[in-house]
Amino acid sequence: MSTDAVLYDHPGPRAKTRNMILTVVFGLGLLALFYWIYLKFDEKGQWAPELWKPFLESNTWVNFIIPGLIQTLSAALVAMVLSLTFGIVFAVGRLSDHWWVRVPAGAVVEFFRAVPLLLMIFFIFYGLPYINGGVPVSAFWSVVIGLTLYNGSVLAEAFRAGVRSVPRGQGEAAYGIGMRKNQVMRHILIPQAARAMLPVILSQLVVLVKDTALGYIVAFPELMQRGVNDLGANRANVVAAAIVVAAIYIAVNSLLTSLANFVDRRSSRRGIRMQRTAPTESLPAQALDASFSAADGVAGARNQA
Amino acid sequence: MDLLSDPDNLDLYLTGFSWILRLTGAGALGALVLGVILAGFRVSPIPVLRGFGAAWVNTFRNTPLTLIVFFCYFGLYSTLGLELSEEIDLNNFWLGVVGLAVYTSSFVCEAIRSGINTVSAGQSEAARALGLSFFQVLRMIVLPQAARAVIAPLGSVFIALAKNATIVGTIGLAESSNAMKTLINDNGSQVILIFVIFAGTFAAFLIPTGYLFGWLANRLAVKR
Repeated sequence: MSTDAVLYDHPGPRAKTRNMILTVVFGLGLLALFYWIYLKFDEKGQWAPELWKPFLESNTWVNFIIPGLIQTLSAALVAMVLSLTFGIVFAVGRLSDHWWVRVPAGAVVEFFRAVPLLLMIFFIFYGLPYINGGVPVSAFWSVVIGLTLYNGSVLAEAFRAGVRSVPRGQGEAAYGIGMRKNQVMRHILIPQAARAMLPVILSQLVVLVKDTALGYIVAFPELMQRGVNDLGANRANVVAAAIVVAAIYIAVNSLLTSLANFVDRRSSRRGIRMQRTAPTESLPAQALDASFSAADGVAGARNQA
Repeated sequence: MDLLSDPDNLDLYLTGFSWILRLTGAGALGALVLGVILAGFRVSPIPVLRGFGAAWVNTFRNTPLTLIVFFCYFGLYSTLGLELSEEIDLNNFWLGVVGLAVYTSSFVCEAIRSGINTVSAGQSEAARALGLSFFQVLRMIVLPQAARAVIAPLGSVFIALAKNATIVGTIGLAESSNAMKTLINDNGSQVILIFVIFAGTFAAFLIPTGYLFGWLANRLAVKR
């Protein structure tokens, strides 16, 4: 797995010297880059203490950053719950035996995956009031509905892949003991698919948290709107505010990513243990495949951003 | 029906999508070059480069693109005085390209790195046994094989890039999402038609592109 070390030999004396020289050269280059950035900031007076001091005051955190973060997280969580529902419904729809369910569900999923989120948010925020008789749609719901349609479609595809990765014998056995299609889906396939897809679901949450920042464009008071735009306008410290808020986003998302990786490792470990304890041959091997393909799915889903 | 017959509207629509096309093209090129270099950094024998690559990827992959594009305009341009063109539109365009390329490069890097992991270890071991250096192993043996494995993930990265290009509208470029907003505000009675046209254009281009990448990936996959 660790191809990193396969690409080059274990360093001998010459390679060690060369690596050392290159380390020093690139290290100095990097330091020069940072110094240049520092100088550029200095030139424009961006290190002035009054630009950074607001982040030591409780007012900044209590009135700008924390309310923004709460809005960001609540939009992401509501959108997550809704897109899970959307995803399950449309994944099941796409797996249906009836073409008149399968085709429209497939069309909806393909459509919403291909349309930029911003277009959907604009349509809901600016366009919908013209249709529904002038009732304004709040920025929160514009963002949440847009996120739900997009991420729900992505999750629908993930669920479909998950259901397909469940060994066929599971469904066949369930039909064999007399379950109906609805029961097979509900009791047998979806629970197993959901476990295999848990890491994908978690990494989709990272995408959701990042995409709530689009709410800034329709003046939804989330982290970017409050912490960068409003605070930056109040204190004239846009650059400093953007850097601090970026750090908060990175911290939240890194936390979610490491949670996804942890769950991923746990579920693939359980797959291996299943192979050890179960004496039968074919089924555990397939279960193992399923958990590996789930691991691949994580990488795939991260690329969706 | 004057929505469809007004030449100004057609102009708005075409300008919008030509910006998207240019942003996607320039952004993809920049992201690909940066991403390959970063992937090289991340697998290199030099710890400083590995650390730099990892830091870059973790920073930009976890920051919202909206914030990056915002920073490119209000940070790099307004505050720090980086001007990429005399013309306002072109300046915004290039600032947007910088933002898109920097953000997307982290995804390209990760896609390529996972592609490198699919190349069997025997390939680079054999190459090393022939006495090739790290750079030669990467350039002549590993990357060409990895390239065939990363077509599908890179395809979805670039499709995401085309959709993300709309975010550059935040900094005032009259791309498709801003064009749609303008049209909605001027033609309130036809909002559904307007949305169907704009969203349909994206879908009409991106859904076939997705299938094309899938087909290519299948065709070029290394059969093992």
